[in-house]
Amino acid sequence: MTRRASEIDEQITWQEITPGGEICEGGTARAIRTGAWRQNCPVWDERKCKQCLLCAPFCPDSSIPVTDSRRGEFDLDHCKGCGICWQVCPFEAIHMVKEGEE
Amino acid sequence: MSDKRLEIRWHGRGGQGAKTACMLLADAAFAAGKYVQGFPEYGPERMGAPITAYNRISDERCSVHSYIYNPDYVVVVDETLLSSVDVTHGLKPGGAVVVNSAKPASQLRPYMHGYEGDIYTIDARKISEECLGAYFPNTPMLAAVVQVSGVLDPERFVQDMQASFEHKFATKPQVIEGNMRCLTESMKEVRMQ
Amino acid sequence: MSIRDRLSGNEAVAYAMRQINPDVFAAFPITPSTEIPQYFAQYAADGKVDTEFVTVESEHSSMSTCIGAEAAGVRAVTATSSCGLAYMYEMLYVAASARLPITLACVNRALTGPININNDHSDSMGARDTGWIQIYAENNQEAYDNYLQAMRIAETPDVRLPIMVCQDGFITSHAVENIELEEDEAVKAFVGEYEPENYLLKHENPLAVGPYDTSPYYMEHKVQQAQAMKNAKRAILDVAAEFERTFGRKYGLFEEYQMEDAEAAIVLIGSTAGTAKMCVDQMRARGEKVGLIKLRVFRPFPAEELAQALSKVKTAAVMDKSEGFSGCGGPVFADTRSACYDLKNRPRLINIVYGLGGRDCAVEDIERVFEYLLRIGRTGEDGPVYIHMGQRSSEKEVF
Repeated sequence: MTRRASEIDEQITWQEITPGGEICEGGTARAIRTGAWRQNCPVWDERKCKQCLLCAPFCPDSSIPVTDSRRGEFDLDHCKGCGICWQVCPFEAIHMVKEGEE
Repeated sequence: MSDKRLEIRWHGRGGQGAKTACMLLADAAFAAGKYVQGFPEYGPERMGAPITAYNRISDERCSVHSYIYNPDYVVVVDETLLSSVDVTHGLKPGGAVVVNSAKPASQLRPYMHGYEGDIYTIDARKISEECLGAYFPNTPMLAAVVQVSGVLDPERFVQDMQASFEHKFATKPQVIEGNMRCLTESMKEVRMQ
Repeated sequence: MSIRDRLSGNEAVAYAMRQINPDVFAAFPITPSTEIPQYFAQYAADGKVDTEFVTVESEHSSMSTCIGAEAAGVRAVTATSSCGLAYMYEMLYVAASARLPITLACVNRALTGPININNDHSDSMGARDTGWIQIYAENNQEAYDNYLQAMRIAETPDVRLPIMVCQDGFITSHAVENIELEEDEAVKAFVGEYEPENYLLKHENPLAVGPYDTSPYYMEHKVQQAQAMKNAKRAILDVAAEFERTFGRKYGLFEEYQMEDAEAAIVLIGSTAGTAKMCVDQMRARGEKVGLIKLRVFRPFPAEELAQALSKVKTAAVMDKSEGFSGCGGPVFADTRSACYDLKNRPRLINIVYGLGGRDCAVEDIERVFEYLLRIGRTGEDGPVYIHMGQRSSEKEVF
């Protein structure tokens, strides 16, 4: 049985669920908005950013998108606010605020 | 089903102390001579992930070991949960929801899936930061639900908590007073809107 | 004089361990049993016990440590759950066949996979044929009381078998409830000292354990071991009787709840019994003749006694909290139905597999089972024997 991850939720029946919990595609974490767990939120200051890209590989949730060797705004649907990017940024281009405040 | 049994459901996020508050309520009710249950429902064990915890409080031992589907009261430790969790689901008529929020109930109700019952609010962040200098919402939320539900005698509750904090914070007595102020402030401040 | 307190099931077991002060604790953490070695480590660090607290690198090693220690002549304990118990599997047989009365606190959790940390009985049910005595608790009080009785049972000279004291992961292990604790001295006096006849460190009588057993000997050892398991039934009742005389709380092989004139009964194990009792009370209040049998002892299986207890009901549902994958029902059902085979008037028995991997079971779920039993008892209608409950389905299911 092949079924896309987005078709599986807490209403699916035993007849329809994939055997063994197989997940028949990659990158499905993208569909789960774990950003809702965040208590602190990173803020990116583009003016201070030198695009050194140190933050992106350190992000445990792949929430710093990089296109054409430049980072963009945080992916707040998946950032859990761990603050590692803020810690590793050499240029103080990232600071943390309490979630819901800005 | 015993009418004297009070059932409370807690909604919070991992790391915020909803489970701790639930256990503190069990402790306080136990100290007041009640039969208690306090137990968490474990989802993903992660900081920030939504968690649920439960209390049953009664004058007789309660043998039921299921989750609580029709609580008398619901406590929401983190208002951001309102957009993702149907917190008032199954809430008994005549019950109430107690939300940690600085907002008026009118701004919270639209998130509550047509819920028409009572909403109490308490700004646990403000109280906690004023009394403790940091954000620990569990003590104010505990006090708020005790006040709202009337499950325990408020005066006795405050006395018991004093003893409990003295025991819990034996090695850092400087935080006892702040926690006690958190309790009493919260009991004064919690309001129905 | 009992002490009124409130503890979780894990705290209660750790508390009992502190009171008993075993000689060796072999510790390896696994959810949801982790708190037991965690609390105990604190007792050890605070000097409240003089136990040798051995932190090992796996459950295979924790059971091996227990085996070595117990054979040396001391009391050895451990705690585990789920895959941890599975990882001990080989050594569970060694412990039992070497006739070493080790005590294992099993906090029941589903076995992978898919991976799941919540409660069912698939871990200990998978170990049901290892030769361990298995006792199950409904709540924190029973987890505590069973633990206090465990060593006395296991160490009985004509038993000498390891014992698994089981409780439901999270449901009781992490739930704080009221509990009656006993005084340290009273507990110590009740449990007594471990005095094996022979042990490795008894220098006046050199001993070797666990030899290679060729076929001219093996069968005799197994019959002896089987006899020991039969003897355990009497030992369990004897210890329970003394426990009741000492502490006032009554235990047996199983608990009968409102079975006197019951027409429909449920047989199950563990924390669901409490939920089922509430349901029985509610249905009795409106005149329905329903009852409950909560199995406390699963190994040895109380076959004759259970058959007798079920001999007067019309219908009964055996509720298994583990699958078993026999294709025809769970392990509690298989043993219960077998036990009833020799009855002159057998009740109609069905099997319900429920509550796997933490799927909740509420009073209403139990009520549906009783309603069904009463109906098939009344109408005699046909129906399936082996049923699952609580799963979502695209078709109409029995429950």
